[in-house]
Amino acid sequence: MSRSLSRRAFLRTASSGAAALVIGFYFPLRGLAQGQPAKAAVSPFNAWVRIAGDGRATILMPKSEMGQGVMTSLPMILAEELEVDWRSVTVEQAPTNPDLYRHGTGGSTSVYRSWLPLRRAGAAAREMLITAASESWSVPRGECQASGGAVIHVSSKRRLPYAQLVEAASKLPPPDLERVPLKKSEAFILVGKDTHRVDSRVKVNGLARYGIDTRVPGMVFAVVARPKSFGGKVLRVESGGAKAVSGVGEVVAIEPLPAYFTQGGVAVVADSSWAALEGRKALQIEWDPGPHAAESTEALRRQFFELAQKPGRVVRNDGDAENILAASRTKVEAEYELPFAAHATMEPMNCTVHIRKDGAEAWVPTQDSADARDTIAKIAGLSPSRVKVNTTFMGGGFGRRSMADYVAEASQLSIAVNRPVQVLWSREDDMQHGFYRPASYHKLAAALDERKNLVAWKHFLSSPSISAFLDPPESAKPERTEIGGAGYIPYATPNYRIEYALARSGVPRTWWRSVEESSSGFVVESFVDELAHAAGEDPLQFRLRLMGQAREIPHPAFLGAGNPLDIDRLKNVLQLAASRAGWGKAIPQGSGRGIAAYYSYRTYVAMVAQAALRNGGLWVERAYVAVDCGQPVNPEGIRMQAESAVIYGLTAAAKGPITIRNGGVEQSNFDDYEMLRIHEAPEIQVQVVASNESPTGVGEPVVPVVAPAVCNAIFAATGRRIRTLPFPSSPVRR
Amino acid sequence: MAILKFVLNGKPQSFDVNPEMPLLWVLRDVLNLTGTKYGCGMALCGACTVHVDGEPTRSCVTRITEVAGKRITTIEGLSADTRHPLQRAWIEEDVPQCGYCQSGQLMSAAALLAKNPRPTDGQIDEAMRGNICRCGTYGRIRKAIHRAALELVGRPANGKGSAR
Repeated sequence: MSRSLSRRAFLRTASSGAAALVIGFYFPLRGLAQGQPAKAAVSPFNAWVRIAGDGRATILMPKSEMGQGVMTSLPMILAEELEVDWRSVTVEQAPTNPDLYRHGTGGSTSVYRSWLPLRRAGAAAREMLITAASESWSVPRGECQASGGAVIHVSSKRRLPYAQLVEAASKLPPPDLERVPLKKSEAFILVGKDTHRVDSRVKVNGLARYGIDTRVPGMVFAVVARPKSFGGKVLRVESGGAKAVSGVGEVVAIEPLPAYFTQGGVAVVADSSWAALEGRKALQIEWDPGPHAAESTEALRRQFFELAQKPGRVVRNDGDAENILAASRTKVEAEYELPFAAHATMEPMNCTVHIRKDGAEAWVPTQDSADARDTIAKIAGLSPSRVKVNTTFMGGGFGRRSMADYVAEASQLSIAVNRPVQVLWSREDDMQHGFYRPASYHKLAAALDERKNLVAWKHFLSSPSISAFLDPPESAKPERTEIGGAGYIPYATPNYRIEYALARSGVPRTWWRSVEESSSGFVVESFVDELAHAAGEDPLQFRLRLMGQAREIPHPAFLGAGNPLDIDRLKNVLQLAASRAGWGKAIPQGSGRGIAAYYSYRTYVAMVAQAALRNGGLWVERAYVAVDCGQPVNPEGIRMQAESAVIYGLTAAAKGPITIRNGGVEQSNFDDYEMLRIHEAPEIQVQVVASNESPTGVGEPVVPVVAPAVCNAIFAATGRRIRTLPFPSSPVRR
Repeated sequence: MAILKFVLNGKPQSFDVNPEMPLLWVLRDVLNLTGTKYGCGMALCGACTVHVDGEPTRSCVTRITEVAGKRITTIEGLSADTRHPLQRAWIEEDVPQCGYCQSGQLMSAAALLAKNPRPTDGQIDEAMRGNICRCGTYGRIRKAIHRAALELVGRPANGKGSAR
């Protein structure tokens, strides 16, 4: 029995823009290309600035705000050069338009890649406003300067606010972006200053619209029953029970779409989220369990151990580590293991899509709105230019929302029911049908000579690789997404060998906040700690000694493109964190300090953790973090990200894991996949290094130091070396 | 279907609804008050916290019939103008990151301060441990609650109320 879906009126979510009379500075990539053919095409310059009649500036922000603070930090960069009063700036999410903007948000690249383009955009606008003012006064341009949203003629003290110049300025030819003058860092008045987030107000009064909050007229809600094991398929569906649930309309089978990594399944479409969820409970589905139904965590571990019996693919081999290790007197060996990890964003996956014959509109919590647009266009058979994608706020991303699977599902369903559809993932769907940080196995061996210098380092690692899952077989480079900083450790050694062995798995894998660095950071910085103890040397002094003289360590080619590691900057953060933490000073009985330093995402991070064994529980009490991410744009935002990463890293070290049984994920909700809670959160102190180097990202690079710093602290406190995450003792508390 | 009545953010409400539906989905899908968030559906994460007659309540496991005749306050009703001391403290301490859990965090914190105007760190932890924040804003939540408490009462709790 099918019931007709109720068609209630919904509130319109979009707020209307500000003033009607708004004149825009518009910097299209293609427009630039006309003036400066080759150069401009590779020098994207992707901002819009609008200055309204009341003088308020609106800065458009093309990246995705998932909590990391780009909605504040990126406009600050532009506002700095534009010389507008920050209090008069409004930030607006830019429309999805890959011809103008680079939307993809990930890899801790937003500030790093936007720094120069945003400065040039702001500076170009400022220069055009100055020209307009000088022309209106008929004075030499050099006698004018911009400040606080106005141009001033210095000698006559005449002043013209931007609002009165913008019409004339917008008609001027834009300056050469490569040559537009940029401010000296000493002149910065906004960049480098602690700045409150611009998105807090709507996030404390319930008005922020996340993807899941999308309400459009005529929309329906859908939940999807997906295969219980990865790669499974629907054999038979009995939908009568589901259709009998009040509020349920259609029941629709959807095919798996390998191009978007969707699993397919059976969707229940209803007039409320709850009716859809209830309807799904009443479905009876017979599944073909598919090719991975025998996979389990135990079987994957057996595979790791078997692979480790023979050499892996040699990806780096300096000197002759094998022979040096064989002949060494002081040889240290250890095996490390890390589990699959889920993103567990607080807002589960969801997407609202309305596909019509002539076009489509979507409301997507995505880290890549251009990819979402292409996905919808392709599935709907529309030109991408006919697809409007609205990027919503996101209740967390951590890499999960760089996938388009949930966008593809919503597109399939909107076509099927010919209405706007919101696909809602329950927490269980989100935890069991996600994409995971790969589990990995690591076998390390190192040799120290009689002066306790590192003379050989060998690292065998095996994992089901992200590249092997995401990339087509012909272009996959399995080791490229799995090694990270373990491929160019900062500790000098003449003999250095890395072997990689790809493990088979049907478990979907993708980017997870700091990706392979979360594993490599733990392994390298734990093992170095083991070496320090084997050498009988203080772990801080040992690291500093092995890091050695000032030098740059090149990013190895087998990891793809990347920036070199400046050893002095790494040593500096190590010493800063140690000094803040009182490294070497007395500490209560039963407590211990652990230290770790790591370079990833072009950013230098060190952390000291203080742990204590008390009342039968392990307590991580304090974390001292030092971050060198070049010129800090918003130091308070950097501290927020570092604090967040400490909790994220500690959660991964102490909670979880994701385990596999019968080809599917065993955990389903926050009772069996726990998150760190407030009573377990350590006190965190963050020091941001002052620097004039180009700014680099902070969303990810603090995560890799957390587990090793904490586990090294546990070793100092208890004598117990943790080599498998999560560590087994359950309570981690303040 | 059944006619349900309750007071929502100070306004009497009366509507026809499936009596089995949890309060969360009535708020979100029937009344379009989307500030209250779905996180787990099992009272494990606290994102859906609202006040029922002043008590912090997980709306995802509260059937709509259970709140008949009661007073419900959601994040949209915490203050008329985002001027609740906790909301201001949240902004001042830069608490929200992704912000998704913060409606629930604020409702839990508001219920705490209504009962205990100057909580210690331990009391804050006890009242707030049901609310997960995946962005890890816990340290700032503690500071913001102390800040709001200080404003409400004018003095910190015993020795532990100042900023950490």
